[in-house]
Amino acid sequence: MDNIIIKTENLTKRFGTFFAVRELSFEVYRGEIFGFLGANGAGKTTAIRMLIGLLKPTSGIASVAGFDVYKEPDKIKEKIGYMSQKFSLYEDLTVLENLRFFGGIYGLKSETIKSKSAELIKKLGMENIARKLIKELPVGWRQKVAFSVAVFHNPAIVFLDEPTGGVDPIVRRQFWDMIYEASESNITIFVTTHYLDEAEYCNRISIMDEGVIKALDNPSELKKKFDVDSMNDLFNLIARKKLLPDYEKTLQFYY
Amino acid sequence: MKRLFSFIIKEFKHILRDSRVLLILFGMPVVQVLIFGFALTNEIKNSKVIVIDYSKDEISKKMVNKIEANKYFEIIEHTDNKNIILDYFRQGKIKAAIIFPQHFSYDISNSRGSQIQIITDATDVNFANSIKNYISAIINECLTELVLGKDKRLTILPQIKMLYNPQLKGAPNFVPGVMSMVMLLVCVMMTAIAIVREKEMGSMEVLLTSPVSPVLMIISKVVPYFVISTIDLCLILLLSVYILDLPVQGSLFLLVAESLLFIITCLIIGILISIRTSSQQIAMLISLVGMMMPAVFLSGFMFPIENMPYVLQLFSNLVPSKWFYIIVKDIMLKGAGFEIIWKETLIIAFMMFLFLLVSFKTFKVRLYQ
Amino acid sequence: MRLLFYLLQKEFRQVFRNKPIIAIIFIVPIVQFLILPLAADFEIKNINISLIDNDRSSISKKLINKITGSGYFRISSIDNTFNKALKKIEAEESDLILEFPANLEKNLLRDSNQKVLISINSINGIKANLAGFYLINIINEFNKEMQTELSPNFQNEKGIDICSLDWFNPNLNYKIFLIPGLLAILVTLVGGFLTALNIVREKELGTIEQINVTPIKKWQFILGKLIPFWILANLVFTNGLILGYLIYDIVPQGNLLILYGFIDIYLFAVLGLGLLISTISETQQQAMFVMYFFMIVFIMLGGLFTPIDSMPTWAQYFAYLNPVKYVIETIRLVMLKGSNLEDIIPQTIAIFFFAVIINFLAVLNYRKTT
Repeated sequence: MDNIIIKTENLTKRFGTFFAVRELSFEVYRGEIFGFLGANGAGKTTAIRMLIGLLKPTSGIASVAGFDVYKEPDKIKEKIGYMSQKFSLYEDLTVLENLRFFGGIYGLKSETIKSKSAELIKKLGMENIARKLIKELPVGWRQKVAFSVAVFHNPAIVFLDEPTGGVDPIVRRQFWDMIYEASESNITIFVTTHYLDEAEYCNRISIMDEGVIKALDNPSELKKKFDVDSMNDLFNLIARKKLLPDYEKTLQFYY
Repeated sequence: MKRLFSFIIKEFKHILRDSRVLLILFGMPVVQVLIFGFALTNEIKNSKVIVIDYSKDEISKKMVNKIEANKYFEIIEHTDNKNIILDYFRQGKIKAAIIFPQHFSYDISNSRGSQIQIITDATDVNFANSIKNYISAIINECLTELVLGKDKRLTILPQIKMLYNPQLKGAPNFVPGVMSMVMLLVCVMMTAIAIVREKEMGSMEVLLTSPVSPVLMIISKVVPYFVISTIDLCLILLLSVYILDLPVQGSLFLLVAESLLFIITCLIIGILISIRTSSQQIAMLISLVGMMMPAVFLSGFMFPIENMPYVLQLFSNLVPSKWFYIIVKDIMLKGAGFEIIWKETLIIAFMMFLFLLVSFKTFKVRLYQ
Repeated sequence: MRLLFYLLQKEFRQVFRNKPIIAIIFIVPIVQFLILPLAADFEIKNINISLIDNDRSSISKKLINKITGSGYFRISSIDNTFNKALKKIEAEESDLILEFPANLEKNLLRDSNQKVLISINSINGIKANLAGFYLINIINEFNKEMQTELSPNFQNEKGIDICSLDWFNPNLNYKIFLIPGLLAILVTLVGGFLTALNIVREKELGTIEQINVTPIKKWQFILGKLIPFWILANLVFTNGLILGYLIYDIVPQGNLLILYGFIDIYLFAVLGLGLLISTISETQQQAMFVMYFFMIVFIMLGGLFTPIDSMPTWAQYFAYLNPVKYVIETIRLVMLKGSNLEDIIPQTIAIFFFAVIINFLAVLNYRKTT
């Protein structure tokens, strides 16, 4: 079907005896905002990394933008943008220099880069900070720049892995405005998040737990299906039980 | 106390999990001792030379044989062709050419005198000088043999006895140097990088907000490296005694005590560097340029300090490794007791307190401002 | 090709914003060039003698004058007994004990030969050895003079003259030897460490992931990393050549093109090593120590300070596998002796193979996926 842009069938990743992702099957439609929810360690990041060609699946089938993840990872890479959980722009380059660099390696022409950057900077009101090093910017701005870099080359799909982590509510709001805007210009959005209010912004969401998708539909349908009032209750029902031990693990790391 | 203990355990786990670094930590002293002990020698041996003997008579042959039999030289070619000398030098094949003129025996036996020519590759001056000295000594010895027995001439015969290290091994000089290099590597560089890494990754702040006192935390970071360097010390001593055949002449207890003093000094320097820097690369650079390089060049184990210009000699006094090198050399090789090395010990102890003081001052400033 | 341009532009921007790297590239060489040749003066002079003269005759006095007049030796103490003199050696106040037996002159005239005892502190083997040879040569010369003076029938008999020619460095300037070796080490360290640390730093910070999701090809990324450091190392080398000329007046004897050509092939081997190490390291600390390990072994066994010919057989065989040995040797040949291309063919072939093999391994090991 032409309308399907990501398709997986029984996609599995095993590390030793541990199944990070187990027999994942789902479809993402062109142009939609697809929310990918789950507690820490549910397998979200592993799934994304397989789709964008950073990780080889153990078994199963997956195709992104019509290309097979096993055979044509380089073709996929031309069609996608990615914003990782870990902030990954060059902190010792300026905003403009980062745009120029990433635009350049996606094969944009020099003039295109220049005009697009100028446009972007005007739109976001970044005139004052365009020539500042990334490390001098507040977290909110960094995330906006990172998103701009991810969609700079007009990809068919953009993968956002926890894009709003550690960002205040106002910036989060602005960030979602940017996501909608990208979506309107026909970019498919694949986003993972912790914030359940954000899940409501998505066209469809899937909730993952222990490497398996437990629910997949649009938010209101899901609420109806599971007979809950809010996303929060839904999430509690399906995945929250996982959260507690996770916090303990984090604490143990430091002590 | 229990909390400190669990901290230390955590640090140990970090290090022990990293097999590559672990390999270097324990492999490095072994490899360095072996290389310095067995492979490196300043002695000039097997220097490749060619001999051009235009006489090929009794005396010249005798002298060539003498040169050939000597461990200092290896004659790679006998030839009559003078033109190849330049090519051979340019190809790096030889270090010197020795030329005997025609009618060599005849001229000598008939008191006409003769001349041997030595052409050296003088790019390495010390090497060239040594070669000339060795060849002259060999030829003179040969001449003395020829002349002795014929008639009685007044001759003073030098009798040379080598003290402490009769086989002229390189190891006695190098082992104390390797000790200080390994300790600088583990205690200064590793320690500094490990602490700065936590700063860089941001986990330092989490630690600082914990109920453990910052000083205890630093101590817990440092203890594993203290243990590792102590193990390295034992390794080096065992290797030098059993493999290099270099027994500790003086008191083993004194040697270990002095080494521990040096290790602690190094750890404090490592901490100081980590407090004052914010990136791993800068910490590396400072430990490398500020500590490792002076230790190699100015501590006396590679190059004799008394040959250096006065300014450098003065400067070398600031290098802790220099004093440690003297102490180890005196105890290990000459069997010196504390009464001989108290001065050097005092200097290192003084440096230690100075660094400690500066660390504390900086640490407080950084924490409470 | 255009892609490569963006990669290079980005690397250069980052490098020139990184102060420690600028320091490594421009300041460390200056310090090294200024201090090392001064520190690494192996020339043996000022050898201290503890003298025990049990004879105090005219011959012993003349010999002492001859020894101190040579410029290599000075009398630091005069002692009565061997044990007292030994104490001076232990305290490092003197390097050797020269002991004239009682009645040296009398017995010499009677038996025509006599022994003098020389005991040398040989902890530093080379110094001991050279001191011994200097003394032997001085005494031999003294013997000749004495024979000429005291036995008239010997007068018109001539011995062997040893005449020496010092090629390539007739003024015996010892500093020129170290500079080419230092240059070789400098480009090795800069190229190797910078490459390894740079790539691992991107791993540590996570920026490499952002690159890995782009359609960029493996070879483009690798070239984009190698070329900047290749250029930087060339800068460092040039910087070093200029310093060598300004400070020590060293003008390369050979063809500069040959020199750069060789260095540039060698650099690909070194950068490849850095790349290889970065592919097996996760943190800068690991990369640093693995690199340090290789460098210590390569440099120590590469003949920078101690001659390879003097090493045991196993170390000499190892030297064939040591790229640093080839580069030290070749830079010395070309810079100091003006060797031509055909003189350094074996070294060039060896280095070329290193470059190919190391880079092959590195590219093989480099993965865009985990």
